[in-house]
Amino acid sequence: MTETLRGRIAIAGVGNTKRWDAPGRGPFDQLQEAAILALEDCGLGLGDVDALYCALSTSGLPVLNVAERLGLGPNLKQADGTMVGGASFLFHLQSASAALAAGLCDVALICYGSNQRSAGGSLVSMPDPQPYEAPYRPRYPVSSYALAAARHMHDYGTTRENLADVALAARRWARLNPDAFERGPLTREEVLGSRMISDPLTKADCCLVTDGGAAVVLTRADHARDLAAPPVYVLGTGVAVSHRQIAAMPDLTTTAAVRSGQAAYAMAGVGPADIDHLMLYDAFTITTLLFLEDLGFCAKGEGGAFVSSGAIAPGGSLPVNTNGGGLSCNHPGMYGLFTLIEAVEQLRGRCGERQIRNAELALAHANGGVLSSQATAILGTAATL
Amino acid sequence: MSADSRFDGPGPDTKWSDALKAGRFCIQVCELCSSSQFPPALVCRTCGSPSPKLVEASGRGSVYSTTTVRNRVGDHNVSIIELSEGPRLMSRVDAVSPEDVRIGLAVVTEIVTYQETPILVFKPEAAGS
Repeated sequence: MTETLRGRIAIAGVGNTKRWDAPGRGPFDQLQEAAILALEDCGLGLGDVDALYCALSTSGLPVLNVAERLGLGPNLKQADGTMVGGASFLFHLQSASAALAAGLCDVALICYGSNQRSAGGSLVSMPDPQPYEAPYRPRYPVSSYALAAARHMHDYGTTRENLADVALAARRWARLNPDAFERGPLTREEVLGSRMISDPLTKADCCLVTDGGAAVVLTRADHARDLAAPPVYVLGTGVAVSHRQIAAMPDLTTTAAVRSGQAAYAMAGVGPADIDHLMLYDAFTITTLLFLEDLGFCAKGEGGAFVSSGAIAPGGSLPVNTNGGGLSCNHPGMYGLFTLIEAVEQLRGRCGERQIRNAELALAHANGGVLSSQATAILGTAATL
Repeated sequence: MSADSRFDGPGPDTKWSDALKAGRFCIQVCELCSSSQFPPALVCRTCGSPSPKLVEASGRGSVYSTTTVRNRVGDHNVSIIELSEGPRLMSRVDAVSPEDVRIGLAVVTEIVTYQETPILVFKPEAAGS
């Protein structure tokens, strides 16, 4: 039996704390605020939630901690704390959609919080030792992405200028978003002249380090239509797992986003040419290039030229990372859920100066680990059902 | 004891590091399908059988990708080496400055001591052994 999930589940509510530098608030504080905002967005309450999905880099038992704090325990019929890095929440989206469609639960909350910036700025290191990497002192995770970028430059002639243009496009979008953390003007020369961290990636090729909290509420589509906010329908999802250590990635220039994307397109019954709005997890400038190629928006190797043509910046042919992305809006350790939230806000027409006209179909893509896990979601308005 | 005797003895990581301590750089080759792999595991990642066997590697390969990690105290190289047998591993290239390490550079391995433990590093083949 294959019964498609296309359009059967909707994102009913979204919550975003927009507190990117918030000393005195822990990860669970950010998460709780986002959860309340997401439920209020669609007119539901904590008492309605019967499924919980969460992952944190600061907690090994996130479901237990969150359920206790929000008082969800007694009502939970389904819970999942799958941890595959920043893509976790799009893995949760697929699992929650299946659980809702199967009737295991009725209201699913996916949530995240982090105080990475105010806690000192470095990525919290999880107990996940890598004995075959550690002696060589790569800077985690940037050196792994630098190795991918170096190979892409070698194989396809991609330049540091191409990478810089990814950062510039993100900043131009951020300047249209009053909630973005970095909104100052930025030039190509500034990106290229920024401090080198792990060649060829400079500080300006790396995402921000911020605090933040995010949550989404999922229900079956018929239920969502009776709620307070316009539902955004989940048309397709796909997940893919590749490797843990960068040396085990089969081809450093092609990610498992190829597989997650194909699964999501197949379920949604659409292709890249149909997408109006695109969110690509930009932990580093190279990831935007790789995902543009691997999700079929340009040919393999042509990501650099595509970006430098101005295609993904405001006024270009393909609006990408319209909130400013992880490079300029926010990046609280694991950013995946924010790709979904911006896609929902665009499809609801709530984006003010950066609003894409007539956006009906959006694709959100998240990455985890060191290009290790990939997850794609295709969302649509009622018109796309 | 009713444990499966095929899996008796130290695990694959311990066997590998014991060999390195004895001065031998090994990879695994599957006894069933002849595929090579690194790092070691209990199963062959190509055919799925629990038949990988530790064998001494040629120690030759080339740089698949490379980065210079910048530090206040000095820069150092991190590379992914593709062994002539096929598998790749993270390591570093010594005997040249980090920025002179290029993709495609032919390298040979040597075992050095890092924090009182033997580790694998590589040097350009041209540098001789």
